[in-house]
Amino acid sequence: MEFLYASEVLVNGLMAGVMYSLVALGFVLIYKASGVFNYAQGVMALFAAMTLVGIMEGRVPFAHLINAAFGTHVSSFGWTVPALLGIALTALVMVGLAIAIEKLVLKHLVGQEPIILFMATIGLAWFLEGLGDVMWGADVKTLDVGLPQGISETAETLTNDWLGYGFFIDRLDIWAAVIAALLVAALVGFSQYTKQGRAMRAVADDHQAALSVGISLQFIWIMVWSIAGFVALVAGIMWGTKSGVQFSLSLIALKALPVLMLGGFTSIPGAIVGGLIIGMGEKLFEYFVGPLVGGATENWFAYVLALLFLVFRPQGLFGERIIERV
Amino acid sequence: MFYREAGDFKTSYRDDGQTFPIRLDRWGYYAILAVAFLVVPLVIDSYWANAVLVPFLIYAIAAIGLNILTGYAGQVSLGTGGFMAVGAYAVYKLMTAFPGVPIVILIVVAGAVTAVVGVLFGLPSLRIKGFYLAVATLAAQFFLVWLFNKVPWFYNYSASGQINAPERTMFGWAITGPATTASAKYLTCLVFAVVLAWVARNLTRGSVGRKWMAIRDMDIAAEIIGVNPLTAKLSAFAVSSFFVGIAGALLFSVYLGAAEASEAFGINKSFLILFMVIIGGLGSIFGSFAGAAFLVLLPVFLKNVLVAQLGWPTDLAAHIELMIVGALIVFFLIVEPHGLARLWRLTKEKLRLWPFPH
Repeated sequence: MEFLYASEVLVNGLMAGVMYSLVALGFVLIYKASGVFNYAQGVMALFAAMTLVGIMEGRVPFAHLINAAFGTHVSSFGWTVPALLGIALTALVMVGLAIAIEKLVLKHLVGQEPIILFMATIGLAWFLEGLGDVMWGADVKTLDVGLPQGISETAETLTNDWLGYGFFIDRLDIWAAVIAALLVAALVGFSQYTKQGRAMRAVADDHQAALSVGISLQFIWIMVWSIAGFVALVAGIMWGTKSGVQFSLSLIALKALPVLMLGGFTSIPGAIVGGLIIGMGEKLFEYFVGPLVGGATENWFAYVLALLFLVFRPQGLFGERIIERV
Repeated sequence: MFYREAGDFKTSYRDDGQTFPIRLDRWGYYAILAVAFLVVPLVIDSYWANAVLVPFLIYAIAAIGLNILTGYAGQVSLGTGGFMAVGAYAVYKLMTAFPGVPIVILIVVAGAVTAVVGVLFGLPSLRIKGFYLAVATLAAQFFLVWLFNKVPWFYNYSASGQINAPERTMFGWAITGPATTASAKYLTCLVFAVVLAWVARNLTRGSVGRKWMAIRDMDIAAEIIGVNPLTAKLSAFAVSSFFVGIAGALLFSVYLGAAEASEAFGINKSFLILFMVIIGGLGSIFGSFAGAAFLVLLPVFLKNVLVAQLGWPTDLAAHIELMIVGALIVFFLIVEPHGLARLWRLTKEKLRLWPFPH
């Protein structure tokens, strides 16, 4: 029985890991294509989810600001938008955001040291966080795009028949795993079989060489940031449906960082495997060790695991070998 | 017109190598110190002390600490908040365990404790660098805050999980606790800030500082010319954590009086101090002060304008403040990656040549 409990924890950890992988994926995409370590990925997920809720509920953007500045009392347009249309509109907003980031920030920082670019994305994260709150309000929003939630009876009866103990698995988690798999398949297909995808890989390989064969860096960057925005939207929908759209959603970015360290910053499979290991590891650690030390070990376990791991393999599981020359 | 080095002759290497080589600068510096020590304590009221000057001095100490690590030694750290928490909890445990020992000594000991913890978390820097290290220092941030929240020994088993600074006096003046006057708080922090800035300046221009900068500029090359990366990196972590720990101890004992680890020393504190260092200028002691002043004053200013003048709700003002700070960071990185310190240097260059720039 103990073993079955543990394996239930394990399965749920794997499902949580899928969620981490989703966020980590956005990081890897941008890092590969533009060498930018995009700290704002988590806030982008939050911003996307907020925008989606705002559009679906027909809220007036900047209502709080308008009311404060002009003394009016606007809050809502009074219509609701169906989920699919809302998602499409939000995707458009994310593309607009990608263009704005490229034009206003990245273009001016070409050739700066990576650490400067990283700090710029921290600034970007603060800006987006403030913007999201000013645009849509800081209240905790519920997001419902029609994804099924609650315990999956099929999984429970199935495992009950096999093992004599019903596993508790959230249907949302199963959906998240399926959608993540589809997303990864789509991304791999895109980067392997389309012209733009090939250009993207060329840029990831070598900026200079890509430029010299006539690939527009600007276009590729906008495209990659748009894709990352779309991945953020998917992650935002999943996490938002699970635990409400609120500030803590942006903290998943911090959870995705150890995933990246474990998997390597440049590897898509690494992001997925890393996410699964972290998700599984932290749930099992919390289950076995958590009660002994007062719980809430999930806050730091991933980091310490990644840290210990890095000491032995500095480039992560699947990262490119680090070669240093003077 | 007035800012000239003409007639200011240097007759020894010692003169040539001083921190303020221009006489006018030197006088200005002494004047500022005199005003800070003799005039401000007499006129300061509790609003100015609590909203502006005390946080400015404390954050300046923390920013100097992080600047030593990031600006001089090139090791990016996102664990500043965690190290500040170490300083705060260390001074709390020391204050309650040794009520008779002067508080100033305890604060310095708390800094030393933080230095040991900093070296421990700095060990991975020998194997990993860049982003990987930045993320690795987050481990320190989350682990330390969790530790101080979960292990009751650190907060003396108090029911609320908070730590409260008991009253301690020096020369008959209350320095910690609710009875502390504004000028006592201010003077305590000022003494620490001035002494530590002096220490930092002299460390960074000596051989230790040069080793740090060699490691920052290219660690392999530095190793080849004979800089030991082990001692250079770990000494940077130790000195940096010492400063940060003292800042944390002051923040808790003198400024806040009560603290809770995840609230007072969360990840946002780490970022705040990193931003101070970036906006002020990486690798500059003056920049640490400038960055701290900027980020302490900005919220006060925005609050005054948005809330007091325009009458907007405080939550909206807080969000707009986030946007402005974020945008300013990006703006500074684009326009002047070397921060306010570089702007200040350029202004001085211009002033020396004015009004005949050619």
